[in-house]
Amino acid sequence: MSGRVLVGVKRVIDYAVKIRVRPDKTGVVTDGVKHSMNPFCEIAVEEAVKLKEKKLIKEVVAVSCGPQQAQETIRTALAMGADRGIHVEVTGKDYDTLGPLQVSKILAALAKKEDAQLVILGKQAIDDDCNQTGQMTAALLDWPQGTFASEVSMEGDKVKVVREIDGGLETVKINIPAVVTADLRLNTPRYATLPNIMKAKKKKIANVKPADLGVDLTSRLEVLRVDEPPQRQAGMKVETVDDLVGKLKETGHI
Amino acid sequence: MANPLRAEVVRLYKNLLYLGREYPKGSVYFREHLKSAFMKNKDVTDPEKIKKLVARGDFVIKELEALYFLRKYRAMKKRYEPEK
Repeated sequence: MSGRVLVGVKRVIDYAVKIRVRPDKTGVVTDGVKHSMNPFCEIAVEEAVKLKEKKLIKEVVAVSCGPQQAQETIRTALAMGADRGIHVEVTGKDYDTLGPLQVSKILAALAKKEDAQLVILGKQAIDDDCNQTGQMTAALLDWPQGTFASEVSMEGDKVKVVREIDGGLETVKINIPAVVTADLRLNTPRYATLPNIMKAKKKKIANVKPADLGVDLTSRLEVLRVDEPPQRQAGMKVETVDDLVGKLKETGHI
Repeated sequence: MANPLRAEVVRLYKNLLYLGREYPKGSVYFREHLKSAFMKNKDVTDPEKIKKLVARGDFVIKELEALYFLRKYRAMKKRYEPEK
């Protein structure tokens, strides 16, 4: 076993930024807006680095698909402890239509090329909320998957994953190689401090084109329209409990 | 004289400044307060006192990292976990 873990990281609009829809309704405003690593991807990187620190795996490779700026996200992953990065260059129209299907094809090709033992991803991106890339990657590789992981442990040639599901927690044991997607409570990601960022500058980021991996980026989806969510209705104030009961009956809540 | 300590102080300032970019009240607010906090102590010469101040600065770094993590965790939890 190569002992190599592939971690996918995505550059998204920072979680704290107020999103604005573009006037032409084709998307959201991204120019000049603060971007950072998807929070679930941070958790994925942290898990991979933790596994390396426990000496359960040997190398953490951070991958990101996108234009030049995606390298910043890879640098953050390197600062958190990844060993090297792979930047899959996708720009222009291809980047606008880049979705889980294309990314999972890229990740599957890379997982095979790098002989990865484990592919760890965030469960979903906070910009598109697809929650599909991990699952699709596993399907393309015909590997088992442990999604919504809140706990991951290596047990010989298998991985034990505790999954967060609607009814509570589910524990599964899957064979390596496998795909795992990180949920919120998997770990506490470390902060990429300035000294770590400086040290990470020495680490290598390889540049790859999707064509080199034999991946076709055509999208089967077309975004028709992007709208803002409906405005929240103002609340009503009532004077007494009877008023409250009356209002609730009026609006059909009870 | 206080040269190695000077490097420590500068390192601390740079690290705090970097962290301040994500401060909820804005990086400008953070930088102003950071600068005045450091300027307040600029005449301290006792190495022991300087070491104590640097240690307090390192503590503030840890506090900021915890603040950022909690903010992010709470935001993600609120957005992705349905109210029961």
